[in-house]
Amino acid sequence: MSTDFVLNGKPASFAGDPDTPLLWVLRDTLHLTGTKYGCGVAQCGACTVHLDGKNRRSCVTAVGSVAGRSVTTIEGAAGTTADALKRAWIAIDVPQCGFCQSGQIMSALGLLSARPDPSDDDIDHAMTGNICRCATYLRIRQAIKDAAASTKAAA
Amino acid sequence: MNPVATRRQFIGSAALVIGLALPAGRRAAVAAPAAPFSPNAFVRIAEDDTVTVIIKHVEFGQGPSTGLSTIVADELDADWGQMRMAFAPANDALYKNLQFGTMGTGGSTAMANSWMQMRNAGAAARAMLVEAAARRWRVPATEVTVSRGVVSHGRRKARFGELAAAASRLPVPEKPTLKTPEQWTLIGKDTPKLDSVSKSDGSAIFTLDIMRPGMVNAVILHPPAFGGRVAAVDKAAALAVPGVLAVETIPQGVVVYAEGTYPALKGRAALKVDWDLSQAETRSSETLIKVWAAAAATPGTQVEASGDVDGALKSAAKTIEAQYVFPYLAHAPMEPLDAVIEAKGDRVDIWMGSQWQVGETQAIAKAFGVAPDKATLHEQFAGGSFGRRATPNMDFAAEAGAAAAAYRDAPVKFAWTRENDIQGGRYRPLFVHRLRGGIDASGEIVAWDQVLAGQSIVIGTPLEAVVVKDGVDSTMVEGASESSYAWPNHRVGVHVMHSVVPPLWWRSVGNTHTAYTVETFLDEMLALGGKDPVAGRLARMKDARAKAVLTRVAELADWGRAAPAGHAFGVAMHKCFGTYVAQIAQVSRRADGLPRVHKVWCAVDCGVPINPNVIRAQMEGGIGYGLGHALYGDLKLGDGGRVQQSNFHDYRSLRIEEMPDVEVAVILSQEKPTGVGEPGLPPIAPAVANAWRRLTGRAVRRLPFAHGDNA
Repeated sequence: MSTDFVLNGKPASFAGDPDTPLLWVLRDTLHLTGTKYGCGVAQCGACTVHLDGKNRRSCVTAVGSVAGRSVTTIEGAAGTTADALKRAWIAIDVPQCGFCQSGQIMSALGLLSARPDPSDDDIDHAMTGNICRCATYLRIRQAIKDAAASTKAAA
Repeated sequence: MNPVATRRQFIGSAALVIGLALPAGRRAAVAAPAAPFSPNAFVRIAEDDTVTVIIKHVEFGQGPSTGLSTIVADELDADWGQMRMAFAPANDALYKNLQFGTMGTGGSTAMANSWMQMRNAGAAARAMLVEAAARRWRVPATEVTVSRGVVSHGRRKARFGELAAAASRLPVPEKPTLKTPEQWTLIGKDTPKLDSVSKSDGSAIFTLDIMRPGMVNAVILHPPAFGGRVAAVDKAAALAVPGVLAVETIPQGVVVYAEGTYPALKGRAALKVDWDLSQAETRSSETLIKVWAAAAATPGTQVEASGDVDGALKSAAKTIEAQYVFPYLAHAPMEPLDAVIEAKGDRVDIWMGSQWQVGETQAIAKAFGVAPDKATLHEQFAGGSFGRRATPNMDFAAEAGAAAAAYRDAPVKFAWTRENDIQGGRYRPLFVHRLRGGIDASGEIVAWDQVLAGQSIVIGTPLEAVVVKDGVDSTMVEGASESSYAWPNHRVGVHVMHSVVPPLWWRSVGNTHTAYTVETFLDEMLALGGKDPVAGRLARMKDARAKAVLTRVAELADWGRAAPAGHAFGVAMHKCFGTYVAQIAQVSRRADGLPRVHKVWCAVDCGVPINPNVIRAQMEGGIGYGLGHALYGDLKLGDGGRVQQSNFHDYRSLRIEEMPDVEVAVILSQEKPTGVGEPGLPPIAPAVANAWRRLTGRAVRRLPFAHGDNA
């Protein structure tokens, strides 16, 4: 019995245990390594992906539960807002060690998709689940605002 | 690009100790086909004009790959857009840390030890490109100029790549002319970081992302208490998990090998292990604190003894006495420790974000029983460290090597889980400080008596011979015995306490606790004497650079103005690793009774500021990391010595809504550059505590702030 789902717009399939967390399917089996392991218990957000367009912690999401659904990882994050976020991240050198940043960007993308012009409270609420041990939080906040502004200007 | 093979023949060559001016006869052998111009161990110029700087330090976020490349690019007059970076192989002859004598990163030394080395490397390459152009154009070399990657004479121009082959045939200048500070074009400017692009689109590769054909995943179960050992293992249930391939016992614990991480974790959960805990630490943190505190009540080994402290205390107009408690802290880098190891015949390949490249490579070679030169390190980006990836005894490399060597059939990815990380030891050691201070009738501080009790990181390790002098481990007392202040009667004593809980340096080492006691106790003494916290500090500082950062931060924060209602300001200054940092924090009280830090003003003097953008980032990061642990960090041993925390739900991190605004002033210094990875941390906790005392009247002497004693 295999689990079929859509990954970054293309069909994907996993033949193993459907209880396997999506994180390990993405990384160990499909070799999409942009999605990171940081805690395994949905406490740090490094493994954030989008499931049908919404933020999801892949470390606690059984692959069986995504059957027939659409998963987007950092590798498949594309479009005006995703590009604006990546540009904003690079422009002010947000990353330090960089290990959490895929998850940060996926959470930020989820936020801007729902609220294109977020307040500081919106950012706090959306990003509080994403830990950055290097504490790049000030720049994460600034990059989200910069990306929102550039997306608005381009619209 | 991997320069390992092409330079192996140079290992041990004394001429290469400074990593420059390779003997001309050997230079041809250095040149890799991909980089025809390789004038020294650090610079590779290819026909496509790219300049690759070989980075001898680990990159885990503190920015050395950008900083080292900036220095080379400036002396070379390269365009920043043509710069690339590649990690150095494990080779002490070429790439040792000049302050350590072996490859390694720590003590905020990356810029400090490499400054002249990188300048010379870039300047030598530039001189050779100029000479090649001069010969081609038949003009004097003195008339040839270089700017942003273009070599020119009048209207004739050539790019680096066009000159690379010709330059490679020229002798390497032994003492190239270096630029004067006025000639710098990149040093002191905000150059973009070289690793930001790949770290912003998921493409940066860390050790955890390495895949090898036929690779298996391995995870470990450690003993439940420090000092414990495996007595017996019932493997049956673990081996019955589909996908589990093997279970092996190594000295550090029990390793499960599987086709994927998930079956490995399921297998680990199914293990039944009898542990021998006869040698284990069974005391709780509370018990250790009592033992340490009893020691701190006695004088200890004298580290500093000037004047007559007892007499001054006796005759003082007022005195204060205080005991401080600092918990164990885990580093918890975002990427837990990991390694990928592949053995073929007598060769071992290692993929790792190693912080101690040669030592760790040798430890893994030893685990496989092969000669050190049979092991090859492929250095990777590391997802944070804060000190954790370097240990005096190469603990993780030895463990990963043992795990991989016990399973020789395939490449092994050996990765710790977050639980291994939080419960795995190598903590910032638990410390108790006891302080007594006295002021005279005019409020001047006349006596300072401080005793510290805690474990030594280096005693009993190979580093003991280097660090311990006159029986004192200087990393235990740094920042207390030699602070930025002068006291007429000053005594510092230290007790080395013992436990099998392994301690380790943790972002700024001894300064994590000494800056807190010195700067908060001083603040209380100044208040007792009716002195202003800034003016009172300035009056007792003996170092002009210390005074300058404190003065600068006071200007930045407009010190002296009234705080908004319900807020207070606190200040702290600390020097460590040659870098001076002063911070002022604006603090209010949260609904849950903990401090909310709204803003931090920060002034830093780290010598010549090579890349102010990186310096600001490290001040922000040091403040965030320090604040998170000051508020929440509490790694506790419970009854029986078991670690009570296991993951980020109970080892709490700073989160985005708790990050204060940070404004940084970088002093435009002409002094030799020093580091910024650690020095941003020590002042934040005391600055917040000083504001908190002003706001609430309560001195926090037991960390973290969230500890029940502070409620």
